[in-house]
Amino acid sequence: MDPFLTVQQLKRKSIQYRKTVLSIIRHGGAGHTGGSLSSIDILNTLYNRILRLSPATFQGANRDRFVQSKGHSVEALYTVLADRGFFPQSELETLNGFGSHFIGHPTRHVNGVEQNTGALGHGMSFAVGSALAAKLDRKDFRVFALLGDGELAEGSNWEAAMTAGHYRLDNLVVIVDRNGLQITGPTEEVVQLEPLHLKFEAFGFAVCECDGNSIPELLANLESVPFAAGQPSLLLAKTRKGCGVSFMENSVRWHHRVPSDQEFEQAIQELEKAEALLV
Amino acid sequence: MEATSSNLDVFAATLSEAAKADRNILVVTSDSRGSGRLTPFVAAVPEQIVEVGIAEQNLVGISAGLAAAGKKVFAVSPACFLTARALEQIKNDVCYSDRPVKVVGISAGVSYGALGSTHHSLHDFAALRAIHNITIVAPADNFETREAVQAALRMSKPIYLRFGKKVMPHLPRLASRFELGLASLIRSGNDLSFLASGETVAPALEAAELLAAEGIDCRVLSFHTIKPLDEAAVLKAASETGCLITVEEHSVSGGLGEACASLLLQHGQPVRFQIVGFPDEYTMTGSQAELFRHYGISGSGLAQSARRLRTNKSE
Repeated sequence: MDPFLTVQQLKRKSIQYRKTVLSIIRHGGAGHTGGSLSSIDILNTLYNRILRLSPATFQGANRDRFVQSKGHSVEALYTVLADRGFFPQSELETLNGFGSHFIGHPTRHVNGVEQNTGALGHGMSFAVGSALAAKLDRKDFRVFALLGDGELAEGSNWEAAMTAGHYRLDNLVVIVDRNGLQITGPTEEVVQLEPLHLKFEAFGFAVCECDGNSIPELLANLESVPFAAGQPSLLLAKTRKGCGVSFMENSVRWHHRVPSDQEFEQAIQELEKAEALLV
Repeated sequence: MEATSSNLDVFAATLSEAAKADRNILVVTSDSRGSGRLTPFVAAVPEQIVEVGIAEQNLVGISAGLAAAGKKVFAVSPACFLTARALEQIKNDVCYSDRPVKVVGISAGVSYGALGSTHHSLHDFAALRAIHNITIVAPADNFETREAVQAALRMSKPIYLRFGKKVMPHLPRLASRFELGLASLIRSGNDLSFLASGETVAPALEAAELLAAEGIDCRVLSFHTIKPLDEAAVLKAASETGCLITVEEHSVSGGLGEACASLLLQHGQPVRFQIVGFPDEYTMTGSQAELFRHYGISGSGLAQSARRLRTNKSE
């Protein structure tokens, strides 16, 4: 049985994960820094407290499923999977290396990855299919999908959302990493996404919002799924791109920038200072 | 003689029978149960059909998710939409992710005739041949259709099945064995070979019969499997008959013909060779039968191509 981690322990993990993310991106020479840092608290909460999933049960028919539709934030996923024991931590050092399975988007060659993603707008349909299978087989596993906000411009998401609502998939939980930025700039300037809350409600979802970088808020919401019986759940997780490092936060520049040695040192110092403040 | 049906009807009937015995078999459709002749399937196993509406990308993504959870999924939609609009889902969600979805393109080729180019799939072999990890199958008649559906059910890898909706004659067979990846010998002969696929095998056989009356003895092979290609059968036909005509209800670009051409050229195999299919042009309008005639995919058209190719050979 996995140890039950307290909020304080989870907060510490988030800081450690952020350090690992930055370290492997620097070592691998490429990566999606901003989105990995915005989504790390979500992954931390899911993998350490919410998902009925472990390396031992990963092949089990009744395991919860997690699909990372925003595949480019893979460094966050690799970091959490390594910590949960899906593969040795040392394998993270092969990120982006020739012949490595640890490439810039998740593939099933990496233990713990549910589905190959990377092209945007694919994860929700896959999650709907698996959630539907659970309903057909009267199994009680749940399916979680993490989407970026920029990828919501892909029409396939709304096809999937329509189906999720139609089949009343209350075993489906879609989390939007709502950091408000995409590679070109603020999402609302690129193509307006809002009002997302109303849009998803209109498609049949029960919608909640929270601070997506707050462990207590994430826990409170994710422990209460489904948000409504007979409806799929949608969590608008309001995050900060680059969260945890002052000069990376809310900066488009850090979408996929690799920290220089100096930036890396400064970021690690900031994170260690934050860690020291956690008593 | 046993009554015949369209391959599409045989697909639906075969699948219905199998689904009654296996509740894990699912059909996923995009408002296409009628055009997929699936009404009897719905009547037989109403719990085993999933409707997603007119949304092909979602159709394939959901099918991958269902397959990942252990379902035997047939994603059924008109070939024209399925293999174009949802190509990225086929590439990533099914093939790259290795989800054993049976992607079923219905009313394929120019089956929709006068509905026009939006409804034709003359690109699907080409598009899918360039994607790793998918078998591509276009059965010629009811027998091959039944066998292909059963083979697909046994497979744990992605497969594309392509069906037309014309009532097909039973083709004679020199061997009853059906195996994906092995061409079926429909007629033996050593003067010229027709390497045909899907609904073009029947006119190829007609051509062979016309030519037999002129003393030209043609071999007819059904290349029901476009990928993996039965390379040995192509090379054998080339070396034994010296004259090859490939026939397909597909663009001349990227389909069976070019697959054979590439193989032959790389083997340095000297052979007279012609690809019959749909040329790179704004496709003529008309019914499937009219289009087949117009583009030379008919008994007389193919016989004419054969005579011309053989004349060139003896020059």
